[in-house]
Amino acid sequence: MLATLLFLSSGLFLGWSLGANDAANVWGTAVGTNMVKFKSAAIVCSIFVILGAIISGSGASHTLGKLGTISTLPGAFTVALAAALSVYMMTKAALPVSTSQAIVGAIIGWNLFSGTGVNMQSLTKILGSWVFSPILSAGFAFVLYFVVKFFLRRIRFHLIRLDFTTRFLLLAAGAFGSYTLGANNIANVMGVFIPSSVFQDISIGGLFNLSGVQQLFAIGGVAIAVGVFTYSKRVMMTVGSEIYRLNPITAFIVVLSSSIVLFLFASQGLKDLLVSHNLPSFPLVPVSSSQSIVGGVIGIGLAKGGKNINFSILGRISMGWIMTPLISAIISFISLFIVQNVFSQIVS
Amino acid sequence: MISIFKKAKGIEANIEKFLKNIELSASLFEQGLKEYFNGRMEQFDDRCSQIQKLESESDSLRFDIKFTLYSDLLIPDARGDVLGLIETLDNVIDITEKVFIQISIEKPVILPFLRDDFISLSEASVKAVHKLIPAVRAFFEKPQNVTDLLTQVHFWEHEADTAEIRIKTKAFNSEEIEQFSRRVHMRYFAEKISMLADEAEAVAERLEVYAIKRAF
Repeated sequence: MLATLLFLSSGLFLGWSLGANDAANVWGTAVGTNMVKFKSAAIVCSIFVILGAIISGSGASHTLGKLGTISTLPGAFTVALAAALSVYMMTKAALPVSTSQAIVGAIIGWNLFSGTGVNMQSLTKILGSWVFSPILSAGFAFVLYFVVKFFLRRIRFHLIRLDFTTRFLLLAAGAFGSYTLGANNIANVMGVFIPSSVFQDISIGGLFNLSGVQQLFAIGGVAIAVGVFTYSKRVMMTVGSEIYRLNPITAFIVVLSSSIVLFLFASQGLKDLLVSHNLPSFPLVPVSSSQSIVGGVIGIGLAKGGKNINFSILGRISMGWIMTPLISAIISFISLFIVQNVFSQIVS
Repeated sequence: MISIFKKAKGIEANIEKFLKNIELSASLFEQGLKEYFNGRMEQFDDRCSQIQKLESESDSLRFDIKFTLYSDLLIPDARGDVLGLIETLDNVIDITEKVFIQISIEKPVILPFLRDDFISLSEASVKAVHKLIPAVRAFFEKPQNVTDLLTQVHFWEHEADTAEIRIKTKAFNSEEIEQFSRRVHMRYFAEKISMLADEAEAVAERLEVYAIKRAF
């Protein structure tokens, strides 16, 4: 058990950094503008991240699993560590980074190291989703902006009551955003450990069963929650007041748009529903919550007439699609080599 | 959440009460001046004490609104604007009180040939305030309507200016006033009464900017 936890530590670290950074995407404006207290945000975020991870986390993990099935714990540890190191290094270098892109790069590094070959179909699906997710988020934000504007112009809402309603909506959107963050991004944190998981299915009080994968996701969810409580406040304040200034209503639209996108790329139930009605479905892929948020902000900017949009940020996002997986793959490859040859561990 | 909702409703009620006080004080101002111009001093004094009571009540309302907005961190993005608006609106009620106090101390003699102009001036000034209040309500509920509503404020402020100039011109050109000090006294009170419309316009100018900021 101790060895298992030791090997899981790299994934837990990745989870912690996800909680510290990505929770700010969901709650940044709400907390940064004092619409929601940090304590309330952290509690709601933690609960819903864990719920999202346990209930809806398996879909995106499945796609990652297709990209590379890492069957040994030392291998999974090294891949998660490589992703975590990439995130850390790129954050230090102030480069845009996404946990989703880092873990995919690290898995590709493992593919190359183990000689298993890259599943191009899965890779194409993942890369396409990365490009599509911020565009989709921008589209949702654009449409939602006009829907909200339509209602605000027709309903007489006193400013003070509007403030109260916006707080409630921000809390609800934050809870939904946290759920989708857990559902979509838990695959980044714990996905690589699934094939080598030692957890057995358990029954809780005879009421419901928790599979081994769900237990793994619950642990990952707790790591994300710890990240939220210990380190996200500072990032939230930065997101809320420095990077982009949104008013509380537009912040709600951005968070909702991004959450819908993350949900579309995470929910197996929604995918089944769309398929059963012969509608186009979305691949279940871990996408970047940060880039979805940026997409949402751009959508709002476009809805307001396209002025003051910093288009250079799009260049930075595109660079992230290439740079992050590349750096992560290189670190993963080197780390696997070291772990196998210096520490004599079986990594593939 | 429930306590914030209760407080939000409380602030809404306080803001509405505050606006009603301003409307009422403006009406009392007009009535009181008419009483004074017609020499009914007792009724004028009654209006004066009613305005003083309203001014004091409005000060407490203003303090309550300010305190609740800050202590409960309500409307973070518009709090500064709302407080700025409340503060400048409070100046309107302050002016009515100050003018009445000065009149009751200095007791200016309004000669018959100037009385109608003074009545026109006070009516225009009060109308500017009465047209301002619906625009303030719109700021809270329908910001897109603010600009249209404020057109009337600018119109009545202009009317007040015209009446003020007319009074000054007559006061300094008429031979019915012999002493220069009395001419100056007429000018002084015309300016004081006109200040009400000026202040209404000052609030209107702020409100125009606040409404643009609130436009979604």
